[in-house]
Amino acid sequence: MLELIWLVPALPLAGFLTLVAFGRRLGEPLAGWLATAAAGGSFIATVLVFIGLLGEDGHSRQFQQVLFDWIPLGSLKVEAGFLVDPLSITMALFITGVGSLIHLYSIGYMHGDEKFSKFFIYLNLFLFSMLMLVFGNNLIITFLGWEGVGACSYLLISFWHTRESAAVAGKKAFVTNRVGDWGFMVGTFLLWTTIGTVTYAEIGPAAHALTSTTGTAVSLLFLVAAAGKSAQLPLYVWLPDAMEGPTPVSALIHAATMVTSGVYLLVRLNPVLTDDALTVVAIIGAATALFAALSAVAQHDIKKVLAYSTVSQLGYMFLAIGSGAYVAAIFHVITHAFFKALLFLGSGSVIHGMHDEQDMRKMGALRALMPITAGTFIVGWLAIAGVPPFSGFWSKDEILLAAWEKSPVLWVVGLVTALLTAYYMSRQVFLVFFGEARWSEEGDHPVHPHESPWTMWVPLAVLAVAAVAGGAMNLPLVADWLVLEHFLEPVFEHGHLHHFTSSTGTKVGLAVVSVVAGLIGISFAAGAWLLRKISTNKLEPEFLENAMYVDAAYAKVVGGPGQKGFDMFAAFDSNVVDGAVNGAGRVVQMVGRFIQPAQSGYMRQYAIGIALGGLALVIWLLTGVV
Amino acid sequence: MLVNQFLLLGAFLFCTGVYGVLARRNAVMVLMSIELMLNAVNINLLTFGYLHNAVSGQVFALFIIAVAAAEVAVGLAIILLIYRNRASINVDELDLMRG
Amino acid sequence: MFAQLTQFESPPVDFFSLTPLFILVGGAVVIMLVTSLSPRPIPGWFSTAVSVAASAGAAVVAMVLWNDVRESGPYSTVSDAIGIDGFSLFFTVLVSLGVIATALVGDAYVRREHIAAPEFHALLLTAATGAIVMASANDLVVMFIGLESLSIGLYILAAMQFRRPHGREAAMKYFVLGAFSSAFLLYGIALVYGTTGSTSLIVIRERTSSLGAMVSPSELLIVGIALLLVGFAFKVAAAPFHFWAPDVYEGSGSPVSGFMASVAKAAAFAGLLRVVVVALGANEGDWAVPLAVLSAISIIVGAVMAITQNDVKRMLAFSSVGHAGYILVGVQAATAEGMSSALFYLFAYTFMVIGSFAVVSVIGWDNGHPIERYEGLAKRRPWLAGAFTVFLLAQAGVPMTAGFVAKFLVIKSAVAEEIYWLAILAMVASVITAFMYLRIVMAMWARDADVDDAPRLAVAPATAFVVAAAVAITLVYGIIPDSLIEFTRDAVPALVAGN
Repeated sequence: MLELIWLVPALPLAGFLTLVAFGRRLGEPLAGWLATAAAGGSFIATVLVFIGLLGEDGHSRQFQQVLFDWIPLGSLKVEAGFLVDPLSITMALFITGVGSLIHLYSIGYMHGDEKFSKFFIYLNLFLFSMLMLVFGNNLIITFLGWEGVGACSYLLISFWHTRESAAVAGKKAFVTNRVGDWGFMVGTFLLWTTIGTVTYAEIGPAAHALTSTTGTAVSLLFLVAAAGKSAQLPLYVWLPDAMEGPTPVSALIHAATMVTSGVYLLVRLNPVLTDDALTVVAIIGAATALFAALSAVAQHDIKKVLAYSTVSQLGYMFLAIGSGAYVAAIFHVITHAFFKALLFLGSGSVIHGMHDEQDMRKMGALRALMPITAGTFIVGWLAIAGVPPFSGFWSKDEILLAAWEKSPVLWVVGLVTALLTAYYMSRQVFLVFFGEARWSEEGDHPVHPHESPWTMWVPLAVLAVAAVAGGAMNLPLVADWLVLEHFLEPVFEHGHLHHFTSSTGTKVGLAVVSVVAGLIGISFAAGAWLLRKISTNKLEPEFLENAMYVDAAYAKVVGGPGQKGFDMFAAFDSNVVDGAVNGAGRVVQMVGRFIQPAQSGYMRQYAIGIALGGLALVIWLLTGVV
Repeated sequence: MLVNQFLLLGAFLFCTGVYGVLARRNAVMVLMSIELMLNAVNINLLTFGYLHNAVSGQVFALFIIAVAAAEVAVGLAIILLIYRNRASINVDELDLMRG
Repeated sequence: MFAQLTQFESPPVDFFSLTPLFILVGGAVVIMLVTSLSPRPIPGWFSTAVSVAASAGAAVVAMVLWNDVRESGPYSTVSDAIGIDGFSLFFTVLVSLGVIATALVGDAYVRREHIAAPEFHALLLTAATGAIVMASANDLVVMFIGLESLSIGLYILAAMQFRRPHGREAAMKYFVLGAFSSAFLLYGIALVYGTTGSTSLIVIRERTSSLGAMVSPSELLIVGIALLLVGFAFKVAAAPFHFWAPDVYEGSGSPVSGFMASVAKAAAFAGLLRVVVVALGANEGDWAVPLAVLSAISIIVGAVMAITQNDVKRMLAFSSVGHAGYILVGVQAATAEGMSSALFYLFAYTFMVIGSFAVVSVIGWDNGHPIERYEGLAKRRPWLAGAFTVFLLAQAGVPMTAGFVAKFLVIKSAVAEEIYWLAILAMVASVITAFMYLRIVMAMWARDADVDDAPRLAVAPATAFVVAAAVAITLVYGIIPDSLIEFTRDAVPALVAGN
């Protein structure tokens, strides 16, 4: 069944093309159902391919399907082909799975939007690009997917582009991601010139030929790429703003799938990554995790909290990669996809029920009015807060263990982040679903909170189950239960997968500490926001609300001295470059005017041209002189 | 046979034809000059056929004569078209399109 | 003095190999007979249907033959006068597709312009037959006959727009200059025959190759080669023999212009490759550099002159001169790689240019095609403007289009032969011409164009089909050029004697 792999991206592509052609005619809700069917079909195809892959032996679980030689020129041979191996299929399973649920959810969420069918066009295109990114058997195909998901992301962020802020946010995402793309392109080129291939199956065996300097350079370039896409310091600024997009987009692209493609890229390139580079990755990851968690503490917008939380969790994943714990990174990617998609969709349900209100200060006591949303949201909260046995606990615990073995300092940063995470998520849950209602059904802005339609709460329920049980795929209790680790292991044949060395005592001790940290965070939040026993006055410092003013500082640099620099470039461009181009154009036109009279319109003159040209040719060929 | 002389005759006729096309304004004269060039080619082919003691030169010449006839028919039809509309067959008056 | 001609033995003929030619000519005969003998007027679509069916049949048979050739190798028939190899079948397919496209575009065109449909389609078929004969010729006589059937058909096709002064002028110019250059070509043929003693390309190759240098005097052969170059350069519209092209393209009906720029150009390149590059390959030292220079001049003239134009049809005409130059870049390399790149270019260009002229034919007004007519086209006819944009970008050589791959391949073949100056020139010129194509694109997509008073454009379904198919081909072979590259590699000309 491995041969069915082409179907996986083909179905969303077919959905996309059909919607482009007939989307407007299909209208609501048919266009949405069609897109959902395409996504669901893609999920089924992925499952079939997965079953086929399981049929293979452990170490021969690698299947390549080459559609055609794409660029068969010179020494650069690029195939349009797919690579099915444990890593790509794992990614694809949750991408198509979560993706289908979010498609379904969107049918309810986008109800009544005048660009209903256009939304699903983008959504299907996104799914196609994301699958190309994951299944591409070489860096070029991955890059195409990389650009594709980027393009969909900008388009969807500024989906409601009549809103000024949405248009600006789209632009910001675009510009920031260009930096990352630069890293990707230069990295690819460097890799190609040094080891002569960009195909993953060949990079692994050839990677040892890289000198450590080149290897580090390549790794860092791809780190830039990954940091751009996965919103790491210092390129994270676009992600919080990306919340301007519709909430299903935030859930699918800016939480579950696209932002983890940086993690995927680094894990995929694990044979290339050097120890020095890994240390940098770990530091950046840890710093991002802590920084974003601190920023999340003081947000008022229900989605902004989740956005900073996403940045923070992505930091965890980078920390895992930096510690060599690739399996832990992918494990967390998956569990995070479940619970963060759940939280985002839940917040979307809340926003939907509250008539587009996003400020948590105007919510409260929604538990009774939106029971399903509240219940599933609470599951997501417990998962992200690291409460056992929810999925988040297991993946986070593994990352913290890996960090501990890399360096206790990293572990401490991770632990503090875990505490903060538990705190700000609890704060959010208490503010939104508990306490007294800070909205009213009368007055200037009457609100009538209500539960969402079934298309919206069914995905919530499914994701909630996954968020509870997701940890089961890699339970550290018994070695045989590490299903995910055994499954993924062949991918790291040529890399250096970190194997845990700590004693069972240490492991249990660390786990207990992190659970305690989580509980402290939850209790503190309960005291402050639920029971109101702790003064909340100083718990939302402006410094943190504004994310330590990093964004503002960027704006200042870009707008101030940066602007001058850009102006200089622009002036250079318009005066020198354009001048040269226009000058060349003018020269060409002058030459044209000069020879134009030859095209006189007189037939006999044309004949003279032929005769003279013939004469010149004869003389030249005979004498060698013109 | 005087091969060189016949070849020179062919070359001379060809150049005369070229001159005619370049110098004449009357479309019919231009057409006749082209015929002159084709017949110069025929003389060459016959001469070479004789030189190589082969019939292929003559056969080729026959083909050229046949094709030239068809070509002239088309040419005269086009000239007639022009004449009907302008009452003139001066090729220098055809300069609507240029530049 | 002559060989005894007592008994004429007709040569064995493999009729199946010639089926594409019979089908095409048969189609023309059927059209003329049925429409002139029928007591009632025959509707215009009948001729279109016959010519499309005939070309499709020819293409299918060519594909069958292609299979034979791949299995059992190329062969020749009619006393080695017709060669059946990958090369001739490639052109059979290409020309047939070109006829189908032109016939479909022409269907609506002849109705709109009140042109006699049977004549239009019958001439398309006979001209196409000539083109295929040129590509299959193993003998100079056959080559000449093919060339003339193509040319005479084209003279009349150019004259079909005879109600307009521009059409009459175009026909006159094309006829006189075409016959003039044919005479040069013939003179060249005569000299080659005289010095080698044969009209058979196979014998010519044997006698000119160094093994048996039986050529005397060699100066006459060289003059002959020079004159052959004149004739072929005229037909492909390479500078400085290109002067006819802009005027004729402008004055003729747009579908006819597209046909000239695609099928006629392809046939002339086929002749050039067969006669000069392959049969006279031993004289590469004589013609390679002149061809490179012709190529350079064409590229420059095409680029420079196209920019100064204000008429879209003339722009396309001059750009066609430039494209001839680019194809010559591959031809002058005279390697298998160079020739296959030229074939790729011809294939890709055929659909770009037929598509372009199809769009032009839709936009066409009574007088001229100034670029202002295209302003705001995207607002009125977004799909048409989008298709034209694809064709123009492809001609400019923008990546992901077949035009890019084509340019890339010819330039690569020049680089492989270390002819760097031409490669660099070709690259620079493609940047310059891009400006001209973008000018049309910008005009179409300009936002502030006032389109309220513009007349409504009618796009016939057949025309729309051709445009869509051409867009698809241009994009598909731009993204996945591999199969076409393989095809052209198998189509490099071979001169083979015997069955």
